[in-house]
Amino acid sequence: MSAQTEIKTDVVILFAGDSGDGIQLTGSQFSTTAALYGNDISTFPNFPAEIRAPQGTIAGVSGFQLHFGSVEVYTAGDASDVLVVMNAAALKANLKQLKPGGIIIANSDGFDAKNLKLAKFPDGVNPLTDGSLDKYKVHVIDVTKITRTALADSGLGTKEMDRSKNMFVLGYIYWMYNRSLDNTIEFIKDQFKKRPELIDANVKVLKAGFNYGDTIEAPMNRFEVKPAPVSKGTYRSIMGNQAAALGLIAAAEKAGLTLFYGTYPITPASDILHELSKHKNFGVKTFQAEDEIAAITSTIGAAFGGALGVTGSSGPGIALKGEAIGLALMLELPLVIVNIQRGGPSTGLPTKTEQADLMQAIYGRNGESPVPVIAACTPSDCFDMAFEACRLAIEFMTPVFFLSDGYIANGAEPWKFPAASDLPEFKVSFAKNELKEGEKFLPYKRNEKLARPWAIPGTKGLEHRVGGIEKENETGNISYDPDNHEFMVKTRQEKVDNIANYIPLQTIDNGKEKGKLLILGWGSTYGSIKTAVKEAIAEGYDVSHAHVRYLNPFPKNLGEVLKSYDKVLIPEINNGQLIKIIRDKYLIDAQGLNKIKGMPFTSIEIKEKIAEMLK
Amino acid sequence: METAELKLTAKDFVTDQEVRWCPGCGDYSILKQVQTVMPDLGIPKEEIVFVSGIGCSSRFPYYMETFGMHSIHGRATAVASGLKATRPELSVWIVTGDGDALSIGGNHFIHLLRRNFDVNVLLFNNEIYGLTKGQYSPTSPLGKVAKSTPMGSVDHPFNPLALSLGADGTFIARTMDRDPIHMREILKRANAHKGTSLVEIYQNCNVFNDGAFEVFTEKGTKKLNTLTVENGKPLTFGEQADKGIKLDGFKPVIVNIADVSANDLWIHDETDPVKASILVRFFDNPANENALPRPFGVFYKEDRFCYEDAMNAQIEDAIKQKGKGNLDDLIKGKNTWTI
Repeated sequence: MSAQTEIKTDVVILFAGDSGDGIQLTGSQFSTTAALYGNDISTFPNFPAEIRAPQGTIAGVSGFQLHFGSVEVYTAGDASDVLVVMNAAALKANLKQLKPGGIIIANSDGFDAKNLKLAKFPDGVNPLTDGSLDKYKVHVIDVTKITRTALADSGLGTKEMDRSKNMFVLGYIYWMYNRSLDNTIEFIKDQFKKRPELIDANVKVLKAGFNYGDTIEAPMNRFEVKPAPVSKGTYRSIMGNQAAALGLIAAAEKAGLTLFYGTYPITPASDILHELSKHKNFGVKTFQAEDEIAAITSTIGAAFGGALGVTGSSGPGIALKGEAIGLALMLELPLVIVNIQRGGPSTGLPTKTEQADLMQAIYGRNGESPVPVIAACTPSDCFDMAFEACRLAIEFMTPVFFLSDGYIANGAEPWKFPAASDLPEFKVSFAKNELKEGEKFLPYKRNEKLARPWAIPGTKGLEHRVGGIEKENETGNISYDPDNHEFMVKTRQEKVDNIANYIPLQTIDNGKEKGKLLILGWGSTYGSIKTAVKEAIAEGYDVSHAHVRYLNPFPKNLGEVLKSYDKVLIPEINNGQLIKIIRDKYLIDAQGLNKIKGMPFTSIEIKEKIAEMLK
Repeated sequence: METAELKLTAKDFVTDQEVRWCPGCGDYSILKQVQTVMPDLGIPKEEIVFVSGIGCSSRFPYYMETFGMHSIHGRATAVASGLKATRPELSVWIVTGDGDALSIGGNHFIHLLRRNFDVNVLLFNNEIYGLTKGQYSPTSPLGKVAKSTPMGSVDHPFNPLALSLGADGTFIARTMDRDPIHMREILKRANAHKGTSLVEIYQNCNVFNDGAFEVFTEKGTKKLNTLTVENGKPLTFGEQADKGIKLDGFKPVIVNIADVSANDLWIHDETDPVKASILVRFFDNPANENALPRPFGVFYKEDRFCYEDAMNAQIEDAIKQKGKGNLDDLIKGKNTWTI
């Protein structure tokens, strides 16, 4: 008897196991294959802070959640349809995320006495055999044993054989969803170029997993998830940090500048460094500095010399950069500061997501120090906003914050990528010596955008000095004059406020332009809000969604937008930050919905709040 | 003949800004010597950048008619690193002090030295915090009574040159504000060295730490307490140049030249790292009996690749291997699908 095929519109799979089990790889391979097939996808890796937390324990569980569909998907999914667990701890940590009636695929070898004990199941209790999982469809496979059998003749040691276990599981899931193995086989070939014996082993195990489904007369259906009816075009899969890196390179190319990326390794921002360092053939200069302060100050030095200077970090690193951000804004040099936010304060939750650095970006420096702040809302949006941050920095001669967070930085989605020729041009013109005889260069004489000239070393006749001490208007000479200081503070503020004239107006993402309730989001909450609002509108609720990408300054019409609704709800993965700024600036009684668990919102959480507010 | 065409003079390096150091400060002499030496270097002034941190010495860029940045405390070394990485053709000079370089900026200082960016560091050492009005610094001697240490400092001081050598600096030198000729010579040699040139300059703070280096700089005591090292020459000093240094194994001992044969004396070799590591340890308190004299000159010099050159070589290699980057290919990636 062959398995029946059941058609599904969308499916959520959660892969979970020890952090050394290759879970992230398994998940990302399935994602790419699903995307290549034409499904819409959204992914959410969720891993522990420890690289190799004690094996078999709950602390060591690594997860990768994938949502794919024949319909558009905006989040990695609230709960999963399929839970793949490599051991007992993975089951214990993730069972509550599984939908009732969901499928569990369990590696029985991970449920031996030792693993059960490590996962803190009571003595003699095995959830696979005690009936506690009866409301789910449980499929138990001895992955370890089958993998070892498949590789018996490979000449590999047991340890090396066991490293291919994840390929068996992946092959089996490919069987379940009737997917081609080609993409993963190509990946394996590329990954193990230098060790052909591992190519053979991994491909063999992958195929064994697939064939296992065919031959054992699996007690479950196979599923079909058709391609999604997304708009026509050519797509690729992209992760947020990768998109940010590409956006920075694209901006440097468009501006005709050398990209200098000064940084210090920190989770979850390091992948931008990794990605950029692969593209030296674009002339990209990555500098792994000795600390966060050197990371930004070396970048300021590069910007002084005429490079596109970008520094990247996460909250704790941004805190260390504070004084130097102030210097950049006094020097009025272009600089992009990337903050891939994570759970805080202090070291906080390094591998978990949070949006709690908005106040830090807008206000977190000494003195009156306005800095433009923009934020990406999806993985692919990281490309656009990283690019936009560079444009603003150069056009307005100012440091600019680009905010992302762990969720979209590590999450992936299909991206209908642009052609290079479609990207906006922004010309950089360094100051030239056009001085008349006896005339002095004025490094702080501003243009119509209130930006000062970018006069770089090597330009004869434009020798000048800049520094962090308050400077005299136009000449840039040191000045302690009280009126001059007030004038300069106001001018620097005006320069940033004025950017509102050069950014897009706030649009409504979904729903009516006037109504009972507006959900105002920013950053990575986009997908959850989008899903919730879409469903709520379908159910007849009068609710709209607007997502702010420009946080300082706000789009000029944001006040009007907010006042077009009876109520405003601001969901944030923090204790209420955007809401404070909105209340302060527009004097409206916005309400907050806050989650501070290192996890994104589920769409249900937002939908419940919509229902409550529109009762 | 380009040098002749430039025809720059020291005056061309003077800005319209009023110099605001305290009257009598050692910084004036250093500024004068730097401005005097600049025209001789043959570098167009728009190609020169002075970068400083915070402190009295760090006002320096405002007085130099070149490009300049007065950055933030301790970070001039890092600012200069980024500048040099992207603009290797520029002549970059870092002006810093003992607090700026060795306390708040200590980390960047050692990393600059190991990376060996081709820059010059002028470390004004006055063994005191001047701009904040008189607290002890990381080079102040143990027991220093200052504003923050009424009972004397309990901090063991840094030996800046031993630290620099320990960080694998490739050019280590010392000079003093009161010896303009020597300083100009050392500045020229620092400029000529390809790599990070560290020049420690003993500089008198006549307001908060007057006379800290008196014994080395004043006529009556200088000859007996200092040792001017020159490559290939024996280490001699003393009122009548009558004393010398001899190595007894790894231990330097003071000898009367009359008592030894000329071949017995230590002959200075700038390229010898072992000898340099002994020489930087000539750091005795001159008041001690049998104190070794304090050396001045170029202690050590080594040819080692510079970070910016290696960085650029990798970029050239990458272009050779993969071809110049194509933005469309980059954005597209390896796997695409069309709907």
